[in-house]
Amino acid sequence: MKFLRPHRCGSIALSLGALAIATTAWAADPPKIDLSGGNAESGKAIAMDRAKGNCIACHLIPGGESPGAIGPALIAMQTRYPSKEALAIQIWDATVKAPEAAMPPFGRHEILSKQEFADVVEYIWSL
Amino acid sequence: MNKSLLTLTAIGLAGTLVSAMVTATTPEQDRETFQGYFQKRFPNVPVEDFANGAYALDPAGRENWEAIEEFPPYEAAIDNGKTLWETPFANGKTYADCFPDGPAMASKYPYWDKERGMVITLPLALNECREANAEKPYDYIKGPMAELNAYVAFESRGQTIDVKIPADDPRALEAYQKGKEFYFTRRGQFNFSCAHCHMGNSGTTLRTEILSPAFGHTTHFPVYRSKWGEIGTLHRRYEGCNKQVRAASFPPQGEEYRNLEYFMTYMDNGLKLNGPGARK
Repeated sequence: MKFLRPHRCGSIALSLGALAIATTAWAADPPKIDLSGGNAESGKAIAMDRAKGNCIACHLIPGGESPGAIGPALIAMQTRYPSKEALAIQIWDATVKAPEAAMPPFGRHEILSKQEFADVVEYIWSL
Repeated sequence: MNKSLLTLTAIGLAGTLVSAMVTATTPEQDRETFQGYFQKRFPNVPVEDFANGAYALDPAGRENWEAIEEFPPYEAAIDNGKTLWETPFANGKTYADCFPDGPAMASKYPYWDKERGMVITLPLALNECREANAEKPYDYIKGPMAELNAYVAFESRGQTIDVKIPADDPRALEAYQKGKEFYFTRRGQFNFSCAHCHMGNSGTTLRTEILSPAFGHTTHFPVYRSKWGEIGTLHRRYEGCNKQVRAASFPPQGEEYRNLEYFMTYMDNGLKLNGPGARK
């Protein structure tokens, strides 16, 4: 069983003078997500669903209709991430790596359930 | 701006811009940074064209929009607003008694009221006129208020936005700062600030929709939105934006949105008013 343990992002605070722009310091424990039960097919449906992952709203995905162009194309993922876990951390909360990232924290803010999260990771990892 | 701060935040243009705007700067410096950012980002857009939002960036969308403007969907709202403006209250007085210079007055708003210590917006002033004449206030987001607002906006077309932050009252600057902070603060389950979509990613596409640049956002309200199928106010749009990122919205004409309007309209200083508008 594999667990995710992204480092805490609470310590990443930009010194922005008067205005504390919210790279909000969420004091949540590092997530423990079981990625082993992910189903790529379910993940694809979630990635295309406006009310769920909606990855297609911002990312080009091979085979996806009307993609947005805000984030990078989701292709060759296994050459871009050293492991499925590293990809999962990015989807969990992109501001861990890039504090100014616009991407919603799908795991940290519980936009997806744990199963949906594992499904999406499985799907994106397969691209 | 000091170099180490720049390095810290050099994670994309928006980050750099935000840091430039949040170190100790004056509103006027902020405005220059803000407008300069968009002019650099969209070098082919003439400055005055930022008042047209996404249509300044997208020729195909612009063609459709211009066709819509041939028979503007907000026309009935202007007519209704004119009737409302001219119809006397029960006490025999009219809006002209509150606003002696007539309806072409939108560029006077929002302004800082020193006596009351708050930002006064046009819809707020219209409702206060009603209440001063023993009439019930209107709902702030749509209906008669949006129509009255549309008439005033139409009569005010061509006026230049020139919001002032009086130097002799530090509370005015504080209200501006609060509006700015609101603009750059992440909120909601999606964790977006206004700036994430409308500064750093303006001009890119969310599915097939082009994200409009923040510069120019306040020039054309109220707007007839096809999505609404009717005319609505700026604070209605604020509510919608907050809800879209799954954040709690704030009361229309409450302090949060009035301060946000104060900041955003100040950022648009120099552009011409072109409301009411038509948008998707």
